Amino acid sequence: MPVKVQLEKVGMAFTTNAGVFRAVAPLDIKIETGRFVSLVGPSGCGKSTLFNVIAGLLQPTEGRVLIDGEDATGIIGRVGYMLQKDLLLPWRTVLDNVILGMEVQGMPLKQARERALPLLRKYGLAGFEYLYPNSLSGGMRQRAALLRTLLFDTDVILLDEPFGALDAQTKLQMQEWLMQLWSDFQKTVVFITHDVEEAIYLSDEIHVMGTRPGRVLETIPITLPRPRLRTTALTPGFIAIKEHCMDLLKSPALEEAA
Amino acid sequence: MAKPVRRLPVQKDWPTWAIVAVQVSILLTVVAGWEIGVRAGFINGFFWSQPTAIWKTTKIFFTEGDAWTDISFTFRSTIFGFLIGTTAGSLFGLSFWWSRNYAAVAQPYIICFESIPKLALAPLIILVFGLGLTSKVAIATALTLVVSTLTTYAGVKALDPDGEKLFYSLGATRWQVFRKLVVPFCLPWVISVLRVNIGLALTGAIVGEFIASQHGLGRQILYAGQTYDIALVWVAVFVLSTLAIIMYAAVSWLESLLRKGTRQ
Repeated sequence: MPVKVQLEKVGMAFTTNAGVFRAVAPLDIKIETGRFVSLVGPSGCGKSTLFNVIAGLLQPTEGRVLIDGEDATGIIGRVGYMLQKDLLLPWRTVLDNVILGMEVQGMPLKQARERALPLLRKYGLAGFEYLYPNSLSGGMRQRAALLRTLLFDTDVILLDEPFGALDAQTKLQMQEWLMQLWSDFQKTVVFITHDVEEAIYLSDEIHVMGTRPGRVLETIPITLPRPRLRTTALTPGFIAIKEHCMDLLKSPALEEAA
Repeated sequence: MAKPVRRLPVQKDWPTWAIVAVQVSILLTVVAGWEIGVRAGFINGFFWSQPTAIWKTTKIFFTEGDAWTDISFTFRSTIFGFLIGTTAGSLFGLSFWWSRNYAAVAQPYIICFESIPKLALAPLIILVFGLGLTSKVAIATALTLVVSTLTTYAGVKALDPDGEKLFYSLGATRWQVFRKLVVPFCLPWVISVLRVNIGLALTGAIVGEFIASQHGLGRQILYAGQTYDIALVWVAVFVLSTLAIIMYAAVSWLESLLRKGTRQ
């Protein structure tokens, strides 16, 4: 499969009073078209920094980002990016929040709304179209934020811990909802999470990351068959991957303690 | 030792008619007490005047004098000062979003201008702008401008950088971020200052009239005081209060209208 997003020796260093701080060691990541790829790692491993770099919001101190083989370093508007917070605008209805990407790109409002409405209804926001975000539950807000990201017609979407703040029950529902969206829209998804089980359940490939400096410890392909059921999490294959990931994530913490 | 038994203190609410009845009787007691006090000689009627005299003067004020010219003069100075000061101040405050360097350069000047008691500048403003309406508008503007600027700037500073990030990730231009994010986000700050500003604008207009003016309720009060016409002072003060209440109510209505638009 062709490579959609490629990070070429991307590194990030900050100069502070205490000297140069390495946030991300130069690293290479290749993400193939149409795949669901997760970045898993502890806080401070540079996951969000990498997202900002891919989205063109942050200039890396070294290396470059290629999207479809073209240099996209420091170029905004090439990928859909959903930040940790839903960032719905409280003065806009759900519908008008969802069309923000199309609106910014210059699509006439009427046309954008016509495009968004059937999708809102299809993907679980029927009846909420004309409500304001403050009357929505956490799960519904995340749905709206995700649809906003998807409707910003890009092939790649970056999701930064979209379900981190949801309760366990809602999280499971949202994961299944996301799987449906992913198979319907055929996008390349890069997903950040702390939750190893979530990463394995959703992904084709996991990059396990470590800290100081942020780097990729190991890339693990997940070949479990799709569609995956909840019970997949109980199979020996799944558990073996989970244990392996946990070991990778645990080791640096133990080193520090010792 | 045994713990004392305590119950949650409960306050019983009076019905609305009872509240209104008490309010009205307080007012009547004060007015009646004033009148009786002056007649019985407890209160000096020369300094304090008395309700019956004030009532008589009110009738004369509205039938024989230039009452409506004065009211309209004060009203116009206040409204123009309010509109100019609030609009310019809000735009000024919003403009700081465009450049952090510009905001940093401007900051000490704004704080400096804020710390000046603007009313102390009133004689200077009168000299520059003359005895007419313009100088009163200018004083009212000076009072409202800084408050609006600082409050709106507080809104700009409260803007979540992640919100801007979201817009830029969608490929937005700075102008789009300003129009679709910064302005609607700061609107509640702009609105919150409206009621304060209408009071300030009125103060500015009155002080301007105190210093030098040919019309206005402020000039009327000053003139009446200087000629020991205390009843007329009271009349002008009551008319001024009524004017203030009307403008305050109008601004509160405007505020609720705008708030509905911003959903916050």
